[in-house]
Amino acid sequence: MPVPDQYGFFIDPTRCIGCRACVQACAECDTHKGMPMIHLEYLDRAYSTQTMPMVCMHCDSPTCAEVCPADAIKKGEDGVVRSALKARCLGCNNCVLACPFGVPKMESDFDLMMKCDMCYDRTSIGKKPLCASVCPSGALFFGTREEIERQRPRSAPVNRFQFGEQTITTKVNMMAPRPSHAPPGTGGLRGGVRVEVTECLHETAEDKFFPLDLMTVGLFESEGV
Amino acid sequence: MATQPATTRDILERFGPHRAYALNGNGVGTEPDRLVKTHCCFCGQQCGIQLKVNGNRVVGFEPWEEFPFNRGMLCPKGVKRYLQGSHPDRLLHAYQRDPAAPAGFRPLSYAAAVEQVAAAIQRIQAQHGNDAFAVLSGASLTNEKAYLMGKFARMCLKTANIDYNGRLCMVSAGAANKLAFGIDRAANPWSDIVSAEVVWISGANIAECAPITTHYIWQARENGARVIVVDPRITPIARTCDLFLPIKPGRDIALFNGIFHLMIENDWLDCDFIEEHTLGFDKVAEHVREWTPRRTAEVTGIAERLIRQAAEWWGRARTSFLLHARGIEHHTHGVQNVLGAINMVLASGRIGRPGCGYATITGQGNGQGGREHGQKCDQLPGGRDIAKPEHRAQVAAVWGIQPDELPGPGVDAYEIFRKIDRGEVRGLLSICFNPKVSLPDNAFVGRMLDKLEFYVAIDFFLNETARHAEIVLPGSLQEEDEGTVTQIEGRVIKINKCVDPPGEARQDWRIVQDIAAALGRKRGFTFANPREIFEELRRASAGGVADYAGITYERIEQEFGVFWPCPSDDHPGTSRLFEDGCWNPVARGQGRFYFPDGKARFHVAAYSPPAEDIDDDYPIILTTGRVVSQFLSGTQTRRIGPLVDQYANPRVEMHPRLAGRLGIADGEWATIASRRGSCTLRAQVVTTIRPDTVFVPYHWAGARSINQVTIAAQDPISKIPEFKVCAVRVFKADAAPEFEEM
Repeated sequence: MPVPDQYGFFIDPTRCIGCRACVQACAECDTHKGMPMIHLEYLDRAYSTQTMPMVCMHCDSPTCAEVCPADAIKKGEDGVVRSALKARCLGCNNCVLACPFGVPKMESDFDLMMKCDMCYDRTSIGKKPLCASVCPSGALFFGTREEIERQRPRSAPVNRFQFGEQTITTKVNMMAPRPSHAPPGTGGLRGGVRVEVTECLHETAEDKFFPLDLMTVGLFESEGV
Repeated sequence: MATQPATTRDILERFGPHRAYALNGNGVGTEPDRLVKTHCCFCGQQCGIQLKVNGNRVVGFEPWEEFPFNRGMLCPKGVKRYLQGSHPDRLLHAYQRDPAAPAGFRPLSYAAAVEQVAAAIQRIQAQHGNDAFAVLSGASLTNEKAYLMGKFARMCLKTANIDYNGRLCMVSAGAANKLAFGIDRAANPWSDIVSAEVVWISGANIAECAPITTHYIWQARENGARVIVVDPRITPIARTCDLFLPIKPGRDIALFNGIFHLMIENDWLDCDFIEEHTLGFDKVAEHVREWTPRRTAEVTGIAERLIRQAAEWWGRARTSFLLHARGIEHHTHGVQNVLGAINMVLASGRIGRPGCGYATITGQGNGQGGREHGQKCDQLPGGRDIAKPEHRAQVAAVWGIQPDELPGPGVDAYEIFRKIDRGEVRGLLSICFNPKVSLPDNAFVGRMLDKLEFYVAIDFFLNETARHAEIVLPGSLQEEDEGTVTQIEGRVIKINKCVDPPGEARQDWRIVQDIAAALGRKRGFTFANPREIFEELRRASAGGVADYAGITYERIEQEFGVFWPCPSDDHPGTSRLFEDGCWNPVARGQGRFYFPDGKARFHVAAYSPPAEDIDDDYPIILTTGRVVSQFLSGTQTRRIGPLVDQYANPRVEMHPRLAGRLGIADGEWATIASRRGSCTLRAQVVTTIRPDTVFVPYHWAGARSINQVTIAAQDPISKIPEFKVCAVRVFKADAAPEFEEM
C-alpha cells in the first residue's frame, strides 16, 4: 500500500530541542534495529544549543538513485525513496557522496547503503513515522498540509532547494518562518541573530537589546515564503 | 553496621549498573503478543505509552496517540524505558549483606529476609523507641504505594520519622502554593498554555526535564505568544524565546519584586481582582518600592532594559501562563522565590480563566500525588496536616485507630540523616530513594548509612544507597504492578500492569504488608490488590483538599484521567482551579481560593543571598540540574545503554570567558571544589551560560557525583536543599580522575 498522498512530512528546525527522541525511536525499527537512520547534530554547541534533525528529503528526482550504477535505489509512486535493495547494492558509496542533504549512510558491516525510508513499514499501513510520532517539540511532523497550515501560521512549508546549479524539489518540507511572523520583539529582524549571554548581563548591556532569535531563518530562507 | 560489604568494583561487577542495549535472552522473540496502554515510568508528565509485551517480557513500545496530554509524543527516556525490564541487573532474590559472599551479598529466601527485617525493627524499636526506626520513601511510587508507606510508618511502625524524596523536588512550590492559594496543585491544565499571550518560564529547563511541555509552548508561540525565559543558561527552550533574562543563580526574588515594582509604577494591575479576591497587596507594594529597575539589575545581573521589557510584556498581557520549576525552588529561599512568582500572577489577576494560568512543573513521576497522601513527614492523606486535630481524627477513623495513636510530625529526609548522626535514628527502611546520589554533600550521607545499626532497602536494582543495606528486598518495576499516579496537571492517571515481577521479586505493597504481618501487626495491611488500597485512599481523602473520592479506576480509563479535586461520583473533576463560582471545602462558597474567606494571599518575599555566596576563596557559582537522557539519581537510566551513550559522563559547562581565565580548554579535565568536596570532570566550554556560573548535571554516583560538592543548606520552611547555588573553585586538573562507577 502506498503512503497516502495527502500526508506530508515537515521539519521545523526552530522547534528542535535536541532531545534525540527521534534518534532513539528510529533505532527501534525492526528493519534496522539499533541503527538510527535519522541524523541529529548540534550546529555549533560552543555557541548555541541549536540542533538540526535531518531525515531523507525524498527528492522528486533523487540524486542518490541517479548516480547509482546498480539501479538499487527505487522511488515509489508515492514519492518515497527507499533504502538500497540489498541484492543490488554494490556498496560503492556514490549515493553517499552525491546526496546534497548528506542523508545516506554506508553500513560497512553489511556493505549496504541505508537511509531513512519514511518508516515505510509504518507509513504504508497508515501509521506515522516513528520519529514524527514521538518528537516532543513538533520539530518533526507527519500529517496533512491543512493541519500544518492551521497549526503553524508563523511559518510556511518549503520544498524547493538550490544547490549551486542544481534545483531540488522534495517530498519532505522544511518549515521556514514567514517574514510577517518574525518573532515579536525582534523588530522584524530576520536571519539568525544570536544572543550572547554576556550581552544580556547587567555589566555590559546598558543600551543594547539583543533579542533571542536563533532560528534558522537564514538557513532555509527560500523563494515563495 | 551498614557499610558496603565489598569493594565498589566487586559490587559493580555483580550488580551493575550494566548497560542494556537489547533484551536479555538471545533468540527470544520480540514480536509482541499484546499492547498495554499505560504511562511512562519517569517524569511528572506521565506520558501515555503503549508497551509491547511478549509473554512475561516488555519488548518495546508503540506510541499511544489517543492519550490527550502527549498524543504519542515521548522523550528518549520514554522510548527506551522498556529496556529496564529483563535487565541483567534486575534483583531476582532477597539478599543479605555478607562480606564473605561474592560481591558482598548472599541470596536468601524472601520469607527469611522478611523475618529478619521484622526482628530488626522490633529490636531497635524496643531498645530505642519507635522513632528510632525511620522510613524513606519516594515520589515515583503510585498513589496507592505512597498512601501505604505513610500508613505503614504511622500505624504499623508507629514512627514519626517518615519522609520522601519529594523533599528534593516539590516541597518549595508546595509550601508556597499552600501559603498563597491554600492548595498545592498546578492551577491549570496544560491546554491553557497554548492560548496565553505571554508564557513566563522561570528556572525550568523544559526541553530537557519536561520535553513534551515544549510542544505546548511552541504552540502558544504559533498562536502569537511571547516567551520569556529566566535562566542562567540558554537552555534549548531559551534558544528561540523572545526574551532571555540570564539571571544570576539565587536572585529570583529580586527579579519578581522588580517586575512587581514596574507593574505598580505603570499601573499594570488588575485592581478589581486584587480587591475582590486577595489579601496583603499593600504590604507587598510597600516592600517592592525599593526594587527599582536599577537595583533589580544590580542584584539579578540582568540588563535593566530586559527587565523593563519583560515587565511591560507581562504587565500588558491579557492572558498569560507562568511556569517555574526547580530552578527557583532548589534554594534556601525557595518558598520565598515561589511566593514572589505567585505575587506577580495575583497582581495581574490572570488566574482561574482559560489562557490564564500558573503552575510549577512537577519533577518526579508522582511528584504531585506522592506529596498528597501521607509519606511526607507532616502530612496525612488528602493533603491533610498531621498536626491538625480534626485532620488526625478524620484519618484515624478511616484507619480504625484512635487519633492519639498517630505519631506527630516527623522531620525532613536530610534531617533523618542528621538524626542518625545523633543516634536518634538507628534503623532505616528505604524504597524508591537513592540518597547517596541525590542528596547534597553526599559524603555525609554515606557516613550516616555506615552508622546505621540496620538498613533494609526495597528496590529492583541494587542502587548506590542499597549497597549499604543489611537486607535487600526485591521490589517491583512500574510495569509489574498497577495503580494510579497524579501527573503534572493534577490529572489522576492509571498505570497498568504488563508483566509479573520476576523470580522472588514482589510488588512493593505486598512486601510492606508482609513486613507488617511478620511484625504481628497485620490489621490495616491486608489489601488484596492496589484497587483495594485506592478505595481506602478515596475514603481517606474525602472531604480533604486533595479529594479523590469520586475517582475510580474505571473513570480514569474512560476519561483519559480525572483531575482532582473530584469529591463525588458525578463530579466531572477539576481541570482548572480558582474559576469564578467554584466551590471548595475550605472556603465553602466564600470565594475561589482555599481559605475560609476564599481569598488568595500576597506574601512579602524578601530577598536574601544564597546560604553560601561566592568569596575570594570560592569565587564561582555552581548550579546543578539534569540532562534529557538521564533521570534523577540514574538507578534506572544509567542501566539503559542507548541513554547512557547519549550523554555518558557529566561535564562541567563554563563560559569561554571563565575558561580562558582559568586556562581550561574544551574537553580538558577540570576540578570543581567546594568546602564539602570536589569532583573532576571534563569541561564543556560554551557561550550559553553566565560567565560567573558553572553547571554540572547530577545523575551520577561516586567520583562523578556533583553532590559531593553541593551544600546541605535548606529552606527554613520547605527544607528543600540549595542544589542550585553554592560557591566553588574551579581549576585545571593535574590528571584524569579514576572513575570506578560505570
